[in-house]
Amino acid sequence: MPQSAEKILDHAPLFRESEYRQMLAKKKLNFECPHPDQIVADQREFTKTWEYRELNLAREALVVNPAKACQPLGAVFAAAGFERTMSFVHGSQGCVAYYRSHLSRHFKEPASAVSSSMTEDAAVFGGLKNMVDGLANTYQLYDPKMIAVSTTCMAEVIGDDLHSFIENAKDENSVPRDFDVPFAHTPAFVGSHVDGYDGMVKGILEHFWKGQERTEAAGTINIIPGFDGFCVGNNRELKRLLDLMGVSYTFIQDASDQFDTPSDGEYRMYDGGTNIEDVKEALNAEATLSLQYYNTRKTLEYCEQVGQATASFHYPLGVQATDEFLMELSAISGKEIPETIRLERGRLVDAMADSQSWLHGKKYAIYGDPDFVHAMARFVMETGGEPTHCLATNGTSAWEAEMKELLASSPFGKDAQVWAGKDLWAMRSLLFTEPVDLLIGNSYGKYLERDTGTPLIRLMFPIFDRHHHHRFALMGYQGGLRVLTTILDKIFDKLDRETSQTGVTDYSYDLTR
Amino acid sequence: MSLEYKNDGALHAKLVEEVLSQYPDKAAKHRKKHLSVAKSGDEAGEVVSECDVKSNIKSIPGVMTIRGCAYAGSKGVVWGPVKDMVHISHGPVGCGQYSWSQRRNYYVGTTGIDTFGTMQFTSDFQEKDIVFGGDKKLEQIIDEIEGLFPLNNGITVQSECPIGLIGDDTEAVSRNKAREHGKTIVPVRCEGFRGVSQSLGHHIANDSIRDWVFDKKDIGFEAGPYDVNVIGDYNIGGDAWASRILLEEIGLCVVGNWSGDATLAEIERAPKARLNLIHCYRSMNYICRHMEEKYGIAWMEYNFFGPSQIEASLRKIAKHFGPEIEEKAEKVIAKYRPLVDAVIAKYRPRLEGNTVMLYVGGLRPRHVITAYEDLGMVIVGTGYEFAHNDDYQRTGHYVKNGTLIYDDVTGYELEKFIEGVRPNLVGSGIKEKYPVQKMGIPFRQMHSWDYSGPYHGYDGFAIFARDVDLAINNPVWGLYQAPWKESPSHGRAMAAE
Repeated sequence: MPQSAEKILDHAPLFRESEYRQMLAKKKLNFECPHPDQIVADQREFTKTWEYRELNLAREALVVNPAKACQPLGAVFAAAGFERTMSFVHGSQGCVAYYRSHLSRHFKEPASAVSSSMTEDAAVFGGLKNMVDGLANTYQLYDPKMIAVSTTCMAEVIGDDLHSFIENAKDENSVPRDFDVPFAHTPAFVGSHVDGYDGMVKGILEHFWKGQERTEAAGTINIIPGFDGFCVGNNRELKRLLDLMGVSYTFIQDASDQFDTPSDGEYRMYDGGTNIEDVKEALNAEATLSLQYYNTRKTLEYCEQVGQATASFHYPLGVQATDEFLMELSAISGKEIPETIRLERGRLVDAMADSQSWLHGKKYAIYGDPDFVHAMARFVMETGGEPTHCLATNGTSAWEAEMKELLASSPFGKDAQVWAGKDLWAMRSLLFTEPVDLLIGNSYGKYLERDTGTPLIRLMFPIFDRHHHHRFALMGYQGGLRVLTTILDKIFDKLDRETSQTGVTDYSYDLTR
Repeated sequence: MSLEYKNDGALHAKLVEEVLSQYPDKAAKHRKKHLSVAKSGDEAGEVVSECDVKSNIKSIPGVMTIRGCAYAGSKGVVWGPVKDMVHISHGPVGCGQYSWSQRRNYYVGTTGIDTFGTMQFTSDFQEKDIVFGGDKKLEQIIDEIEGLFPLNNGITVQSECPIGLIGDDTEAVSRNKAREHGKTIVPVRCEGFRGVSQSLGHHIANDSIRDWVFDKKDIGFEAGPYDVNVIGDYNIGGDAWASRILLEEIGLCVVGNWSGDATLAEIERAPKARLNLIHCYRSMNYICRHMEEKYGIAWMEYNFFGPSQIEASLRKIAKHFGPEIEEKAEKVIAKYRPLVDAVIAKYRPRLEGNTVMLYVGGLRPRHVITAYEDLGMVIVGTGYEFAHNDDYQRTGHYVKNGTLIYDDVTGYELEKFIEGVRPNLVGSGIKEKYPVQKMGIPFRQMHSWDYSGPYHGYDGFAIFARDVDLAINNPVWGLYQAPWKESPSHGRAMAAE
């Protein structure tokens, strides 16, 4: 009997005990009817080959282990970045349970959203009644300042019209006539979570800006961060930089406080977020900057339509991307980049120089959202690394072209390949056939790490199996320092592990590296 | 051992009244039927008879129900754990993504080669699939699975919302492709808008086993006299393994484990067994009733949470098989008695009298109660996401007078109830975890065992006791108040043991 009250074994050690190992071996032998071990071993080896890779990459219909989620997740994340805003997702209710769980598992924080709980009758007759009753219930129970409506694919397939439904609900006094209910249609069968983000932010801006007179306030800037699992660390870091520069700015969508509430005995269903008054005022800004272009394509178009200048970035991280971001800010605001920031830049460069021998020539596979992959590939090249595989399941052909342009700009990108629309099962073949030193992605990458032995660095949403990384910034020079350190830790830990066998590798287990 | 206590029914009734007063009238009228305070009959010691809430009806919109959908019930619960089959999340990408690897149905196998549990297979529907239908795409997907994952022993097609709305014929595709590839292919009509919760998805999944798996192949297997199936154990954190080891020790032979760590063969052979042992009654009673009707296999509910229930269950199960097994069962009970005594001696003094509120799915809100009571803890409130009337009837055997009962609780209600009751521990899900902890109240996830487990069986009970203790007696609860702000701390931490 392996278990004892003195030393309680949970699943990790318990099932390694002989009683359980024997039991499982017997179960397999007598009841599971498995394939013979040799056949399994052969197939396993076959999946490592170029031949399998070609079959794998030729897939047209099947998607296995994609690195993307659906639109409404992005809409719910977006809405969480506005003052006292409740997400109301129109359609089936299970979806909302999924978005909330997904966000909570990453942020280790509450994630609130309601559903209009449509069922079979609503599928036949439409979900108007659900909208009318639902808005009334949400308004009364959760005391929001704004309700942001998005849709699940069910409501999209049956063609429910949010605009007219919301008008109807207001006619029936579900919420006061002047209560803010912006909306976005977010079909799950178009694009991904980054498009849902785009749609919701645009929906909110349109709601407040439409028909309003714009009086340009020179030098003021709106900043749209995009869907970002690291918003807690990033937004705060960016605000620090902006404050140092003395720029007059408004974050449009800022979930950094919502997903980082303190524990002091009070549960805050709402915290932080862009003030509604500030959203209205933001119409007058001279320019709107997007930190993630592929998250904000439609929103930026809209900003241009109302007369604002726009500029966009790809998750400004590392040296040159941060330089560009700051210089653009400086150009629009007319504010100089202060000396303190120049010193910060110097410290990041200093750190990179200190560690360059460990980074030069390292090969990477990078996957994630399009802007993030662009950012990481660029930073990796700044450290002398080679971004061998750059993959975005939700990457478009435009992204692919832009990536190729980036890679062509550096000798470190000359052997790099771009994989738009591919999934992590494709990545598995890539890692077996053209191995790399390090894999950069999210928690789902742990299966690739296990299968291929490529060390995984978690820098991208969602991160479920490591805690609190998202509380630290990746953007800016400070963020670059964090990314650099994370990569180096992975390299050194691996080297120590590989040289730690006493009596075999007493050499190479160096105290100073 | 049954702990004797009574709950503060008057306070609970007041809390119910208070939350209802905050709803619009129409919603209050609906919600009223789902909330109650358990009352016993006239005779002392009688089973609490009134947990009579309405259940298994539609959630009202806009209130933040904690429920999921039929797809979650089928792909997430019943089918997902069958490890040697590929389960296609058929429709847009999200459903499969959010449920990917989240239920902790443990298994052993070579993932991606002969086992597919922690993978996400999706047809990733695009607009054109909605407009033109997805049947052609599904055909191609099945062919591609056969090419890339040839050691799969079958495929299920888990329909997401759009499939049923656009009129795809996944049954025809499955039938044709099954013939072509000589494989079991099961279409499951678990579109998320069907029914009112996960529950209909369980039922639909059960029916799909009946219609698409049973009696389709010649099963060259003859059961012995002690062959049983374990039904409704999903092997979360290894639960089914910690149960199987006991069943084998008392001399039984587990032919099939449904569906944690199961292979298709285990499902196919099930009708040959002598007895169905059902743990999660809510999600799998349907197939037990079918097997009883069609194959004459009796079924028996049991409970492997906590020593009181484990002992009672082992005796009940053994009785079915006669003296030889009964004798072995007594030996097993005696063998584990010192472990149980040591665990209780260690943890009961640290947990005695602590109050617990539960809100889980369809079984655990009653099944785990005695495990807490074995540790001297008191259940003050409990409720189900997707129980039916027969579950609430069974709940009466577990709860004490005055217990707060909430069916399909809303986020608002749960928060207010917890605030009003201030229990020492809440056991619920990931969506509830962080709000509760912000309030300074210890919490354990009771769906995923909070990444721990197993909790079933004697080995599991020790882990359960440890986890409850570490949740309640962690020093962090005493740090919530900044010392320069005057307010008593809620914490009452003890040093770790």
